[in-house]
Amino acid sequence: MKIHEYQARTILRGRGVPVPRFEVVTDPAEARRVAEEIGGMVVVKAQVHVGGRGKAGGVKLANTPEEAEQHARNILGMDIKGLTVHKVMVAHAVDIEREYYVGIVVDRATKGPVFMVSSEGGVDIESVAAETPEKIFKLPIDPVQGLTVSQAAQLAAHLDDRVEVVGQVAPVVTKLYNAFVASDASLAEINPLVVSPDGKVWAVDAKMNIDDNALFRHPEIAAMRDSADESDELRKAREMGLSFVKLDGNVGCVVNGAGLAMTTMDLIKFYGGEPANFLDIGGSSSPEKVMTAFDIITSDPNVRVILLNIFGGITRCDDVAEGLIEALEARPLSLPLVVRLTGTNETRARQILAEHGMESAQTMDEVVEKAVAMARGQA
Amino acid sequence: MSIYIDERTRVCVQGITGRDGSFHTGAMIEYGTHVVSGVTPGKGGQTRGGVPVFNTVHEAVSETGANATIVFVPAKFAADAAIEAAESGVELVVVITEGVPTLDAMRLYQRTKQLGVRLLGPNCPGLISPGKAKLGIMPGAIHTRGKVGVVSRSGTLTYEVVDSLRRGGIGQSTVIGIGGDPIIGTTFIDTLEAFEKDEGTTAVVLIGEIGGTDEEQAAKFIKEHMSKPVVGFIAGRTAPPGRRMGHAGAIIAGGKGTAEDKIEALSDAGVPVADRPSEIPGLLRATLGR
Repeated sequence: MKIHEYQARTILRGRGVPVPRFEVVTDPAEARRVAEEIGGMVVVKAQVHVGGRGKAGGVKLANTPEEAEQHARNILGMDIKGLTVHKVMVAHAVDIEREYYVGIVVDRATKGPVFMVSSEGGVDIESVAAETPEKIFKLPIDPVQGLTVSQAAQLAAHLDDRVEVVGQVAPVVTKLYNAFVASDASLAEINPLVVSPDGKVWAVDAKMNIDDNALFRHPEIAAMRDSADESDELRKAREMGLSFVKLDGNVGCVVNGAGLAMTTMDLIKFYGGEPANFLDIGGSSSPEKVMTAFDIITSDPNVRVILLNIFGGITRCDDVAEGLIEALEARPLSLPLVVRLTGTNETRARQILAEHGMESAQTMDEVVEKAVAMARGQA
Repeated sequence: MSIYIDERTRVCVQGITGRDGSFHTGAMIEYGTHVVSGVTPGKGGQTRGGVPVFNTVHEAVSETGANATIVFVPAKFAADAAIEAAESGVELVVVITEGVPTLDAMRLYQRTKQLGVRLLGPNCPGLISPGKAKLGIMPGAIHTRGKVGVVSRSGTLTYEVVDSLRRGGIGQSTVIGIGGDPIIGTTFIDTLEAFEKDEGTTAVVLIGEIGGTDEEQAAKFIKEHMSKPVVGFIAGRTAPPGRRMGHAGAIIAGGKGTAEDKIEALSDAGVPVADRPSEIPGLLRATLGR
């Protein structure tokens, strides 16, 4: 789960990371009040879950409270990469002498957290990684032992050679690591970590992604979820435990398992069609799940046909067939449906379908070809 | 022959009294697997489907001689349950549970590594050596005994491929699902290494998907260390970048982890990559020169 910058700042501040004073507001007059309270130059930043806010005009400096109000008025309601800005953060604008990057991610290769630091902060770290990878210093951390004092010092020394700055950066690095672990984050970064001309260190931007699987032990973070950024379809899918990604084609897919769902999409393309979505209904196959999946897919006006592809392992095909019949009886579909059910209890599933005048294709190639032809015929 | 499990494997089921645990205990026994014990804390002394239930894995191991466990324990407690198993002296711990927090998986991985215990998963379908033993949730009936090893990051896609092999008359030595989470125990490379050594395996099918660089590393390993032919398949050719395709690991991020990269790496290592699962049997026959 992504959280907003202001929420990540709150978490880091709670851990003792020096964060410039800030407040989040939803209307321009409030922005003015906050700017007055903070005094001096402030920055007004859109709080949306996308990168590149600055380039899109969602980050502005203001010299006066009036200017802050004006910027907030412009930014609130702005569309950034398809997301509407509902909140802005007003923060004290720190004078910048140097900008660094400090981040932690989960690393599949070392099977633990890996620290990344770079003296090229303030810019998109992915482009630094692509163009000048030698400017990023990586340090894998033993998740059992945690970050040691000497590792923190090593990371800090990589960024700056001034003793008084290193002395401030090392504790920030440690506190960031502690926040990463305590919040079950999958990513935690400060970009930029700023040294001001008076030699003080500040976390000027903060980003954290939280492991969805660990939200059960962090109700306070789970409560930070901002559903304003989530489409109705995505929210419905999430609440029902379905994994859904909308695409641009016209063949709607309902599949069990992520790998098989991707392969179904690939096969649709192979046979000359275009998938309308990725949708993994997961292990269990309750009628509610199937019904929700159909609801989500039929709400897309592009879809011409729905393809249900189930390979039963832990999922039993007869359960799916019964769920399907129940779903269709409760709410008949407005679109044609092609089905392929195979695996555990397949024979019984075919019987159930046959009793209701439906049939199941034998193979995935067969069902996909059929769906693509139907989508074409009616397009 | 087979890898990791065979007819001598003695299995303990952790979470045996739960919905999934009890269902799959039945299916594993039906397949002929020696399920010798189960564990559910607080339910020691009961039996499930004729299998004695213990409170701890320690007891289950010392009383019944289990040398492998399969974990169906809910995500909140799964890593601790698997660590308990690793500390009880078993050689193999298979974690089926989906949704294990990443930090827990890291702790679990480090502990099993330290103890020299093989970890499979979490969030995996398990493994099967057809005709010998099944430690997993895959439908046993689609598998046939033979000499092709299969390793995959996915669950149901593996069944699809195995079903294609069955239709093509190709049996398997061991089929192993390593799981789709960011932190997993046994990797492609571990499995390829084991298949290379296994006398009962003559060729391998590797099923990957977008995200990460595991397939690229596997390709490098194949190029440098494998004499047996490998056939590949990569799911997610049509997946858009930046969107997570179900599995936590299945995401093209920062231009890395695309299907094209993986297919190129595999092709470069001499691995033919199928466009569709149904093409795999044909490619296998071609590489085996039949």
